Amino acid sequence: MGLTAHLPALQVVLPLLAAPLAVLLRHGGFAFGLVTACAWAAFAAAIGLWLQVGALEGGTISYHIGNWAPPWGIEYRVDRLTSFVLLLVSGTAAIVLPWSRASIEREIPADLHYLYFAMFGLCLAGLLGITITGDAFNIFVFLEISSLSTYVLIALGRDRRALAASYRYLIMGTIGATFFVIGIGFLYLMTGTLNLADMAERLRGVENSPPVLAALAFITVGVSLKLALFPLHQWLPNAYTYAPSAVTAFLAATATKVSVYVLIRFWFSVFGESLIFEKLPLPQILLLLSLAAMFAASFTAIFQDNLKRLFAYSSVGQIGYITLGMSFDSVNGLDAAILHLFNHGITKAAIFLLIGGMVIGLARPGAVLPAPTFDRLAGLSQRMPLTCFGIVIAGLSLIGVPGTAGFISKWHLILAAMEKGQFWIVGAILLSSLLAIAYVWRFVEVVYFKPAPEGATKQEAPLSMLIPAWLLVIGTIWFGLDTSFTVGTATEAAMQLVKIGK
Amino acid sequence: MSGDFPVALILILGAALVPFLPGLLRKAWMLALPLIAFAYLLAIPHGLHGQVELLGQTLTLMRVDKLSFLFGTIFLIAALLSVIYALHVDDSTQHVAGLVYAGSALGAVFAGDLMTLFLYWELTAVSSVLLVWARRGAHSAATGMRYVIVQLLSGMFLLAGALLHWRATGSLEFGHIGLSDSAGLLILIGFGIKSAFPLLHNWLMDAYPEATPTGTVFLSAFTTKLGIYALARGFAGTEELVWIGTLMAAFPIFYAVIENDLRRVLAYSMNNQLGFMVVGIGIGTELAINGAVAHAFADIIFKGLLFMSMGAVLLRTGTIKGSELGGLYKSMPWTTGFCIVGAASISAFPLFSGFVTKSMIMSAAAMEGLTFNWLVLLFASAGVFHHAGIKIPYFAFFGHDSGIRCAEAPKNMLTAMGIAAALCIGIGVFPDALYRLLPYATDYQPYTASHVVAQTQLLFFSALAFAVLMRTGIYPPELKSVNLDSDWLYRKAAYGFVATFRDALASTRAGLTGLLEVRRLAIAVFLLRHRRPEGMLMRSWPTGSMALWVMTMLLANLAFYYLG
Repeated sequence: MGLTAHLPALQVVLPLLAAPLAVLLRHGGFAFGLVTACAWAAFAAAIGLWLQVGALEGGTISYHIGNWAPPWGIEYRVDRLTSFVLLLVSGTAAIVLPWSRASIEREIPADLHYLYFAMFGLCLAGLLGITITGDAFNIFVFLEISSLSTYVLIALGRDRRALAASYRYLIMGTIGATFFVIGIGFLYLMTGTLNLADMAERLRGVENSPPVLAALAFITVGVSLKLALFPLHQWLPNAYTYAPSAVTAFLAATATKVSVYVLIRFWFSVFGESLIFEKLPLPQILLLLSLAAMFAASFTAIFQDNLKRLFAYSSVGQIGYITLGMSFDSVNGLDAAILHLFNHGITKAAIFLLIGGMVIGLARPGAVLPAPTFDRLAGLSQRMPLTCFGIVIAGLSLIGVPGTAGFISKWHLILAAMEKGQFWIVGAILLSSLLAIAYVWRFVEVVYFKPAPEGATKQEAPLSMLIPAWLLVIGTIWFGLDTSFTVGTATEAAMQLVKIGK
Repeated sequence: MSGDFPVALILILGAALVPFLPGLLRKAWMLALPLIAFAYLLAIPHGLHGQVELLGQTLTLMRVDKLSFLFGTIFLIAALLSVIYALHVDDSTQHVAGLVYAGSALGAVFAGDLMTLFLYWELTAVSSVLLVWARRGAHSAATGMRYVIVQLLSGMFLLAGALLHWRATGSLEFGHIGLSDSAGLLILIGFGIKSAFPLLHNWLMDAYPEATPTGTVFLSAFTTKLGIYALARGFAGTEELVWIGTLMAAFPIFYAVIENDLRRVLAYSMNNQLGFMVVGIGIGTELAINGAVAHAFADIIFKGLLFMSMGAVLLRTGTIKGSELGGLYKSMPWTTGFCIVGAASISAFPLFSGFVTKSMIMSAAAMEGLTFNWLVLLFASAGVFHHAGIKIPYFAFFGHDSGIRCAEAPKNMLTAMGIAAALCIGIGVFPDALYRLLPYATDYQPYTASHVVAQTQLLFFSALAFAVLMRTGIYPPELKSVNLDSDWLYRKAAYGFVATFRDALASTRAGLTGLLEVRRLAIAVFLLRHRRPEGMLMRSWPTGSMALWVMTMLLANLAFYYLG
């Protein structure tokens, strides 16, 4: 067996090993090199897996850890959706890590740098592990790995409120994880197995029993909390606002998205469509919460004074689009949800990276970094034209302007709604996009139309930050024009999932 | 010669050069463009050219067959005549807009699929509105805005219909569409707006008289005839069109008779002529389709000629109101002569173009046994002679002498009118040249004894009626008035309706602000409480209440699962 056969294991093991090594060596520069290299290796592995799954034509890679055959051993399963999310997570890490070198110089004390990189590696390993594993309890373990490291990463923020935000997230995240593990417990009780595929088979016939329904409720609510489904999103704005910029960007693009992935996995692959969408009122509940998120969160975003907080609320609203797509119970709806998961991920990562660079540019050398509040941003486009322009382009993608990635996913969402004959939902999608115009326009107005303060000089963010950020900005345009990769993969994934569930 | 290069681009790209060329060279270039395009059109074989793959669809940029070739030819003739007519104008905006407009109409005619058609369709709207705005007055600005909104609306209908059509059939090809489903209906409405169906027609009477003297000549040639072409292509033999067309041919007569603005009279008479063509398309037999497209061909020339003569009058006298004109034949003898040729053609005098084309539609209607429609069309023919054939030349050039003494029209205008008049007579005398171009082979004979006698009787009795009415003073006098048409619905009634509401709202609001200043404050405080950093949706919730929400969600979920 060559190396390629072990790609599923390497995917997780590489970043997982990098973390303790970084802690042992206690050297910021070395930790940076090691974790970045591992993230790139993970990205390469994800590309490899994507190609391998593609070659299988709708099949699934099943990797047995330690050669113990499932359902007794732990199994890693890679299908179309898995490979897509792996690409998003590892790709974002591979771009954010090089970017963060210059950023944490200013944000985190030098003696803690090695810890930052170690935690980043752990978080990455956790998220990749959640995605790739086919074992229910394994998901919980990786969930905890990624969550605990996330709490540390958020607490590293310079702002003292970061500690409080991290603590609140810790409490909420722990509740979520506990709910999740309780749900797994119920399922184990009913089926006697932890392997997801096996579990799905053994659930046939007992779907309607009270323990299974309780398991579904616990898992749904627990994961909804992690994915910040309205109104369980309250931990998110503070966590995103006060975390170091690199952490915000990475989390916004990946953490909530992986949670969405877990929910899709459990709903479609374990509990099965017939239970979720035909016997229970889940689609209606999800539809209502999604609409509430799209409107309430976007509306709240308009009134924010802190740019990071504004886009954090916008994230809650955008997650509403993803869950809306899931609630349709159709190939097209799921297709739109998966597409938006990816497109919103890269868009938000681009925005938060650019804001991170902006914060560095706003600060006086040596001083504490200021918060990106609107009163500090007046006329900023003259000082940082590239940064501001990048945010505007990514903002267009949030609105869903044709030619950007956001348009593609919203278009598919509208198609799915029309397919259902729900034209009022089409209206709701368009109306909520108007709210996105409002908050993006606030930024444009302040940055482009307010006069800059006297004596401001042109000062762009450093190139090492601009290049990765602009790679993502170009990505939002690229995936808005050439959709063969995103739409192709998302459609295949959706078809695979809906086929499994029926 | 390969026909992959769209002929439309010759005019459109050529127009881009116009602003940069000096005086004489510019004129030569503008004259050369339609000629080059026509030579190109003659050189390429019939068939499908310029096919490109886009988004999994085959777009056909050049479909040359008998129908599109005929319309392409007449559009190029009209473009050449309009360019000659506008040669004296020193406003490159108008020249560019006119050429792009002609080019995009040409592109639409050769479009082999609905997507290409839509693109050129919208381009005609955008480029033609510049000709209305070029008159540069507050009035024409408002008119142009209404015009372009209606035109773009027509494009939206077309696009929506095309997408539905695509979903239903999987093909974007622009062939016969028919009224079998909602896609067909939407597309028909889109085409109907361009062809000025009843109730969709107001933009025509609204905009055409407001354009520049030269702009109206451009406008009269393309937009509505593009609609006719599209109908002939997509909806031939659709029975509803017979009735729509009959109505169209009849009702503008009344408006035309009482209208004072002579260019608006022509706009009404154009609507009436379009009615004949729509009837022909609706009948759908070979003879009827031949008649409809032949009549479109002839109409572009004689209607253009009439608009040219009225444009010349407007240019020289500064007015086009029937009540202020009269006796101009002394000052503008050539224009008078050409106008009479146009009037004779539109009235279908034997030996003029209208006769050899309109009689085809009438014969087709008679052959299909559509007696009622035939009678209405007969009435409409008499009406045409009334308002376009007699009224236009009579009030402008004869009638009571207004005392206006002005110069004859400029040379280039006279040349354009001369060519058009020659074509009118040429087609009337040698109809076979036109018949050979028609989509279906025909051995139709216009000059049979019964045709000639019937038409002549009709015309003479109509003339007699006009004379009697004028003598006895019963004929509606040319009042300085504005006609009330159905556009009153959206220009006045709807506006008044909205305005009433607005005023009511404003007064209510004023009352409320006065009374409830305190209440307003309370609302503001309420909003602030929710939307400011310390507001309910804004502030960071305590961990306890967040956990409470989680419990609520869990209990709600459980309740729904167990009960649902």
